[in-house]
Amino acid sequence: MSTALPDHDQARRLLWQMVRIRRFEEKCVEMYSAQKIRGFMHLYIGEEAVATGIIEQLRPEDAIVATYREHGQALVRGMSAGSIMAEMYGKQEGCARGRGGSMHLFDAKTRFCGGNAIVGGGLPLAIGLALADKMQNRKAVTACFFGEGAVAEGEFHESMNLAALWKLPVLFVCENNLYAMGTALRYTESKTEIAKKGDAYNVANAVVDGMDVLAVSEAARKAIATTREGQPFLLECRTYRFRAHSMFDAELYRSKDEVAEWKKRDPITLFFDAMKAANVLSDADYAAVEAEVAKEVDDSVAFAEAGTWEPVEDLTRFVYSEVTPS
Amino acid sequence: MNATDPPKKMTYRDAVREGIRSAMQNDPRVFLMGEDVGHYGGCFAVSRGLLAEFGEDRIRDTPLAESAFVGAGIGAALGGMRPIVEIMTCNFSLLALDQIMNTAASLLHMSGGQFNVPIVIRMATGGGKQLGAQHSHSLEGWYAHIPGLKVLTPATLEDGYGMLASALADPDPVLIFENQTLYIMEGELPANAGPVDISSAKVRREGKDVSILTYGASLPKSLEAAAKLAEQGIHAEVVDLRVLRPLDDATIMSSVAKTHRVLIVDEGWRSGGISAEISARIQEQAFFELDRPVQRLCSAEVPIPYAKHLEQAALPQVESIIAAVQNLVRSHG
Ligand SMILES: Cc1ncc(C[n+]2csc(CCOP(=O)(O)OP(=O)(O)O)c2C)c(N)n1
Repeated sequence: MSTALPDHDQARRLLWQMVRIRRFEEKCVEMYSAQKIRGFMHLYIGEEAVATGIIEQLRPEDAIVATYREHGQALVRGMSAGSIMAEMYGKQEGCARGRGGSMHLFDAKTRFCGGNAIVGGGLPLAIGLALADKMQNRKAVTACFFGEGAVAEGEFHESMNLAALWKLPVLFVCENNLYAMGTALRYTESKTEIAKKGDAYNVANAVVDGMDVLAVSEAARKAIATTREGQPFLLECRTYRFRAHSMFDAELYRSKDEVAEWKKRDPITLFFDAMKAANVLSDADYAAVEAEVAKEVDDSVAFAEAGTWEPVEDLTRFVYSEVTPS
Repeated sequence: MNATDPPKKMTYRDAVREGIRSAMQNDPRVFLMGEDVGHYGGCFAVSRGLLAEFGEDRIRDTPLAESAFVGAGIGAALGGMRPIVEIMTCNFSLLALDQIMNTAASLLHMSGGQFNVPIVIRMATGGGKQLGAQHSHSLEGWYAHIPGLKVLTPATLEDGYGMLASALADPDPVLIFENQTLYIMEGELPANAGPVDISSAKVRREGKDVSILTYGASLPKSLEAAAKLAEQGIHAEVVDLRVLRPLDDATIMSSVAKTHRVLIVDEGWRSGGISAEISARIQEQAFFELDRPVQRLCSAEVPIPYAKHLEQAALPQVESIIAAVQNLVRSHG
């Protein structure tokens, strides 16, 4: 923790966001085991500092494009835990009326534009959102999250080029957790320094320790300042997922020792311990945060349980628009 | 334009360009983006002159990056713009298929009705210019397979001009397939030309003996064939499908009920193509109206060849349409 200390309220908020993600997802695992949640589900546990550090720096008018591992981004952005849990249950009270599921969370109100399960597929979308903002003279930026696996896709390169060429306010956030499913970065990239790839496109770039929420916040603050002036930025966050890729992964590709090593750098513990040592946060603060979060998570499950199934007669709704705006 | 003005003589290419111009004049959210649309003037010269009129911001040249610029169009549509994205030919749209199908077509449904994608994607389609397989395919029927998209095939100047405005007014993603052999077609654009409906087929020639259901470049060929058939006493009704998704079942079935014989002329391939879909619908909805099995005249099932005689043989032609109709009518009863 090298950067300047946050004040008590800020610190508590960062802790709260990270704990929310952690406990919400732990509950998701429980509900998954109870077969309330089905399908593919990808957990963000271990990577909480990234979404928290970055999205806390965004403004309400900014847009977010995320991947299938987006529970964390959705929560930090301010989507209600209930609407996310209900979505995973497949209920019509879910944030996409049960049509999206874990991998396709959406919220127009907060400009949360998904939830994209095509690796690399969100990057061009972010270009377009930023272009629309620019052409309409809005000062908004678009934050685009993707894993290091997406860097091998053509869309990463096409999008970097366009963003720099057209001077678009896109913050590219590469969440480098070292593995694309079970394939380590060294097996897929000839050049594994991802941030540096920005140089090839004249995209300003930086690397940050993705386990350190203050470092991420600080890097995001600087990157977003550049972005808001109309220049893209590629921020590589070095992070690690503590859980399997998805609920179906036997994790044959990495050792328990390696995971244990990384867990020593748990972003929540790391942050809280530092804040406690600096007398910014206390054990009582931590306990209060846990209690608040426990209630929010329980409420989200109750909300999802109480939710209703959309009538099957409505199956084909939303394939085409129902109202034609005049 | 004023309704009392005389119609304007022009080409289909001019009509499409005028459609783009008027859309851009009417709505500052509209912009055109694609490869070579600006400084080059459009690879089929459709957008020639527009850069000078509207500037680089709104006539936006893109790199050769179909996936990114189509995806960018989708994002721009989400952000409140009304992008017209031009893909040189539908063959290259395959590099953007992910964006078109997995994003543009899926977003509204996947988001539970929250995110409309009001994008218009124009592309050239079809063979006949000896460009070889990778520039000559007809993929509109393929795209018509995808729920969430609307698929238009303008075959007249009015449609070339007017379908764009209607597509831009539509809150959903619309694909417009302009057959590349039609660009040089000359005709008259009525002075009061404007938006056209994009939900129905149109009977372009009335007839009682047989229905020719067709679209795109096969429309003028079918009309020519019908004129020649009339000299032989065979009166073909020619239906311009215009919209491949959603298909206008009502117009198709009412024509079938009138003529009781059907020939579908489609420049796409037969197997699994749009002609198969139309044929199946007729069988489901109008089986007892039929005097003969539905016939199909499609492109030969080959990657479209370069050599002129082979290419012409691969595509539906006036002569093959005439022969197919004669066969259908003669073999009756
Ligand atoms: C285009 C595409 N190819 C393959 C997949 C299957 N797939 C899902 S996640 C994944 C790994 C992606 O890894 P990375 O981008 O590093 O993100 P992470 O899962 O580590 O967050 C793969 C290969 C996919 N969803 N989309």
